Amino acid sequence: MNFDPRYSGRNFSSVGTRPIRPDGIDKVTGRARYGADFNMAGQLVGRVLRSPHAHALIKSIDTSKAEKLAGVKAVITAKDLPDLTDGDAAMYDILDNSMARKKALYDGHAVAAVAAIDARTARQALKLIEVDYEVLPHVTDVDEAAQHHAPLINDQVFTEGLEEKPAKPSNVTKRTQFGHGDVHKGFAQADFVIERSFKTEQTHQGYIEPHACVASVNPDGTADLWVCTQGHFVYRQHCAQLLGLEASKLRVTSSEIGGGFGGKTHVWAEPVALALSRKAGRPVKLVMTRDEVFRASGPTSATSIDVKIGAKKDGTITAAEATLRYSCGPYPGSWAEIGAMTAFACYKLENVKTVGYEVLVNRPKTAAYRAPSAPMAAFAVESVVDELAKELGMDAVEFRIKNAAQEGTRSSYGPVYGPIGIGPTLEAVKSHPHMKAPLKANQGRGMACGFWFNFGGQTCTDLNIGMDGTVSLAVGTVDVGGSRASLSLVAAEELGIDYSQVKAVVADTSSLGYNDMTDGSRGTFSSSMATISAARNAIKILKDRAAQMWDIPVEDVTWEKGHAIAKGEKYGNLSPLSLKDIAAASGKTGGPIAGHSELVADGAGVSFATHICDVEVDPETGSTRVIRYTVVQDAGKAVHPTYVEGQYQGGAAQGIGWALNEEYIYGKDGRLQNPGFLDYRIPVCSDLPMIDTQILEIPNPNHPYGVRGVGETSIVPPLAAIANAVSNAVGVRMTHIPMSPPRILAALDAEREG
Amino acid sequence: MRYIRPLSIEDAVGELAKAVGPAAILAGGSDLLVRMKGGFIEPELIVDIKAIGGLADITETADGFRIGAAVPCAVLGENKALRKAWPGVVEAANLIGSKQVQGRCTITGNLCNASPAADSVPALAAAGARAVVAGPSGKRTIAVEAVPTGPGRTSLAKGEIIEAILLDKRPDHAGDAYLRFIPRTEMDIAVVSAGVNLTLDEKGAIKTARVALGAAAPTVLLVEEAGQVLVGSKLDEATLERLAKICSGACRPIDDKRGTIEFRRKVAGVLAQRAATTAYKRAGGK
Repeated sequence: MNFDPRYSGRNFSSVGTRPIRPDGIDKVTGRARYGADFNMAGQLVGRVLRSPHAHALIKSIDTSKAEKLAGVKAVITAKDLPDLTDGDAAMYDILDNSMARKKALYDGHAVAAVAAIDARTARQALKLIEVDYEVLPHVTDVDEAAQHHAPLINDQVFTEGLEEKPAKPSNVTKRTQFGHGDVHKGFAQADFVIERSFKTEQTHQGYIEPHACVASVNPDGTADLWVCTQGHFVYRQHCAQLLGLEASKLRVTSSEIGGGFGGKTHVWAEPVALALSRKAGRPVKLVMTRDEVFRASGPTSATSIDVKIGAKKDGTITAAEATLRYSCGPYPGSWAEIGAMTAFACYKLENVKTVGYEVLVNRPKTAAYRAPSAPMAAFAVESVVDELAKELGMDAVEFRIKNAAQEGTRSSYGPVYGPIGIGPTLEAVKSHPHMKAPLKANQGRGMACGFWFNFGGQTCTDLNIGMDGTVSLAVGTVDVGGSRASLSLVAAEELGIDYSQVKAVVADTSSLGYNDMTDGSRGTFSSSMATISAARNAIKILKDRAAQMWDIPVEDVTWEKGHAIAKGEKYGNLSPLSLKDIAAASGKTGGPIAGHSELVADGAGVSFATHICDVEVDPETGSTRVIRYTVVQDAGKAVHPTYVEGQYQGGAAQGIGWALNEEYIYGKDGRLQNPGFLDYRIPVCSDLPMIDTQILEIPNPNHPYGVRGVGETSIVPPLAAIANAVSNAVGVRMTHIPMSPPRILAALDAEREG
Repeated sequence: MRYIRPLSIEDAVGELAKAVGPAAILAGGSDLLVRMKGGFIEPELIVDIKAIGGLADITETADGFRIGAAVPCAVLGENKALRKAWPGVVEAANLIGSKQVQGRCTITGNLCNASPAADSVPALAAAGARAVVAGPSGKRTIAVEAVPTGPGRTSLAKGEIIEAILLDKRPDHAGDAYLRFIPRTEMDIAVVSAGVNLTLDEKGAIKTARVALGAAAPTVLLVEEAGQVLVGSKLDEATLERLAKICSGACRPIDDKRGTIEFRRKVAGVLAQRAATTAYKRAGGK
């Protein structure tokens, strides 16, 4: 396929406008079907029995009493999900996380499941399952888990990435290192050096829709799965592999999604629902409760990070170093590695070194959460950057501008940057009226920068032109942030027709080729590239059909503004043929007109943002209110600016919750104390100010329209921006996220007592 | 599970008294239904008291106010006379849950749920409110602070129902206030709270004072010493300092997911000062 993805600098007619969302009416009327809204005749209710222990050996499970209960149609344990992973360690971990095989590794780990005729029977059946546990010592804190004497979660884990394989197993699964230059030399050149340690607590993505699915397995080896997911093709691959099904015989349909933020990139309940359905011979619906979502679906890492930065009197950073420890839950991950890559990505540094340690703990398996790992690293680094600016007597923005990465800078994680937006976002912040607005007593202002890679990946799209001239666009990336509207705009742009003529749908796994998940801010970036490619392929056919209709050579036909034009004076009396004209005649000119595209979307442009935040802190209670917030971020090209602004605001809102109140609280018994929205405090509407946004457009050279991913970067700066604001308001450097009122008050008291 | 909706308090008491398995009283249901849905309780009998005559009414009597056990908290906020007389009690009732929850929940339910963090209870205790208890052996009236005996436990005997809460008629120069600390702005549970009720003499000095703290001990804490320290003062700075110190000292809080011991102690004092200041202003003090 000859698709040229390079940026072309065209003028837009549809892209950049703000039409109403195509899924709007269904969502506001309640007609939209989310995961739990799908039902089948004869479906059973599935429920999962979960470990009450943080760490325990499963000696035996007796399901006989539950099986005898009237109305119970299937009871399963790990035995019903035999290991078919064939040495694939990552898949084995997914299998073990779906249903514990030998040990329960966290409070909430699934150990058995039932399918029954109703919820009451299913609940009763769970009570009849007898699990004989041998409770083992547990560890939930990332720093404690990294100690030599900590209880071992997996005695087969020997730290990777060390020069020599360690003699003893530990909870530290991997060490990774990034950087260049010589930090020792760099620190020796510094006039000022700031070194601090930080902690961030574990948070959950907090999507409002719990995980839900309906699974139906037939005796002939075919199966259907309706599920709320960010990637139905990936769910198909994983479930097929874990259940021993053929991928093409498992049809997965994604529902509307009530939030994912990375948390719906991972199977938990789906293999269990399929195994229950297979055993019961009936469809099974499995919906997690909120309690289960918190205890057993993917939170982000808790972290412990040390940062050291040195600078000369003139404000030049001479060296930067960070050590990052990230919790992974009980299975190995690469979360600290990502943190180590992103930590200093905003800056132009001669000497930089970051080291990441992946740490196992008895908590749920860490899953991606919006720019995973980057917000915590940014919190630690941007806090020290702010403090260093103060030490140097420099303005915090000026200091960052002086050291910001540019086109041609070798990034701290390796690659050399192309055109990037960190400098422009800082310049925009410098001249933003927010920076000059007066502050009152007990108020403080902070700002911070953030970086995210953005991903591309495998993408497949179909564009079908109906005989009435309307266009249906079938995409394989789940719409989590408005991509159906954005992709319809892109199809309309490329074809030269009106947005209202295009209808985009998310196709199921049997209707389209494989697509990677909607993650890494790739949905609109990748699928728009595939849509442009599909539209260009359709235009080739449209031109061919027009040539037939006119009976002229196809070389003499061009496509402009939704019309085929016959080139040259000799065709002067031929009126242009509209897409609608050509579509109407298609039955006589060769049949349906469609454009197809399959590609790997490379070249997702990196993304930068700078945020400004004002807070007011009550010095007597430690209560913090965010009173003003501004997001400045590079979008490359904002396809649908309202959605882009929504992404900016959403990331900031989640960051505000994380910075101030959200945290997993474990008791000494290793049990999660707050598995609900009452005590896991995401912000409510009245907690947030109107979040102001400013879109910058520095085109991505690797996309025809210059598009960059926009979904994730907006959660990277908030922890740091708010921490800097609080620290400026109270005069004490806050080093522990969330900055909950007890933590702020304790820090103030410690300062008063000196 | 059996659900009944009796029309008289006698019937309700009779059904509860003879219930064999676990029984629950349903008014707004904002605690009960949540607990049932969460699987924490599975009552065999539910007695819905909303159809019982008089239980859904607020009556102004010669002695004060009688608030029926089934009156939703939102209705308290709509009652002008009650709002004028007992603004602290009403503001406490209108902090519970969300707007939607306030349309269902009741102060009697809040009291009988016996959570140490109940919002309306410190305000009621400070107000000197009393509960009218109907039971198999007749009716009795007790102080609200005598109802909860520990988290989730009350002094009510089997078959007993609180049918109304009584609040006194207000003299001139009286005011009350309630404040709670939550990390968010709404839809949250008090980390610690304080209710203060004052009356002033003609010269503007405090004549009587009651101070109650919430989420500071296993049950609502009526801090008599805190009331005493206010009496005779015009709420000068030294008095407020002493008030905070006494309240902080009176706390017997715990460390839990909502806050620490140190935080609750300190903020109990801060909230008592602020609530006292508001109550004093409402009473006409300057």
